[in-house]
Amino acid sequence: MHLDGNVLAGPLLELFREDMTTATARCASCGDVSVLATAMVYDAAPGWCVRCHVCGDVLLTFVRAGDRLRIDLRGVTALELPAG
Amino acid sequence: MSIFTRGFSGRGRDNNPALPPGQYLTEDFPVLSAGPTPNVDTDTWEFTITTETGKVHRWNWEQLMALPTEDIHTDIHCVTRWSKLGTTWRGVSLDTLFADVETEYDYVMEHSYGGYTTNAPYEDLRDGKAWIAHTFEGEPLDPEHGGPARLLVPHLYFWKSAKWIRGLTMMAEDDPGFWEQNGYHIYGDPWQEQRYW
Repeated sequence: MHLDGNVLAGPLLELFREDMTTATARCASCGDVSVLATAMVYDAAPGWCVRCHVCGDVLLTFVRAGDRLRIDLRGVTALELPAG
Repeated sequence: MSIFTRGFSGRGRDNNPALPPGQYLTEDFPVLSAGPTPNVDTDTWEFTITTETGKVHRWNWEQLMALPTEDIHTDIHCVTRWSKLGTTWRGVSLDTLFADVETEYDYVMEHSYGGYTTNAPYEDLRDGKAWIAHTFEGEPLDPEHGGPARLLVPHLYFWKSAKWIRGLTMMAEDDPGFWEQNGYHIYGDPWQEQRYW
């Protein structure tokens, strides 16, 4: 069971101060380039695990570790968003 | 674990000595997963232990079922703060599976079907502290809870009990697994409330 990537708007806003759901991310595993809103978000886990909607590999994870918000971008080789 | 507390579970987290700090009691069994549930067929299921020499010890499902089984009555504690008391499992002790494994290494990486990993010290998987569990409350373990077989390491937070267990690899160092790389504690003792690091 997963959610769609639009739920990333909130936590990514904390980090980037932008709505990142319209940013594109390139998957390190399969090379697909898609807006983050299309990603699959597994929120029923210790953290959030965000997976590529094409190959299912992990794009990024969020962990709210006490008073810190930690993001791991292991599966993203490029992020692109419209210049403000 | 205390049988006495089970019937007086209450709502509070403050007065139940079976609950580690910061945990609340649940009667449900929440499903937590970082990805889709893999379809693992017992016809092709395999469990391996790999040591530093490259030697691979293998068991198929039939071989696992032929090993001595144990009934395990235990409490489980999830890092997302729920605890479930008095659960009953059946499985094979890792002591049985490690009986013929020779290793000098002190740490283990757990690998799952689906790609999940989590790390643990070798000593935490020995001496009656860890099992491969295939039965929960008398029924075959449901796939969403890790069936056909998961690791059960109930004295640590439950993310250390890898669902859909596929193999163990001995490690010289305590390398972090999936959630451990992303902010969760390298060891994860619920009584020390070792959630993050």
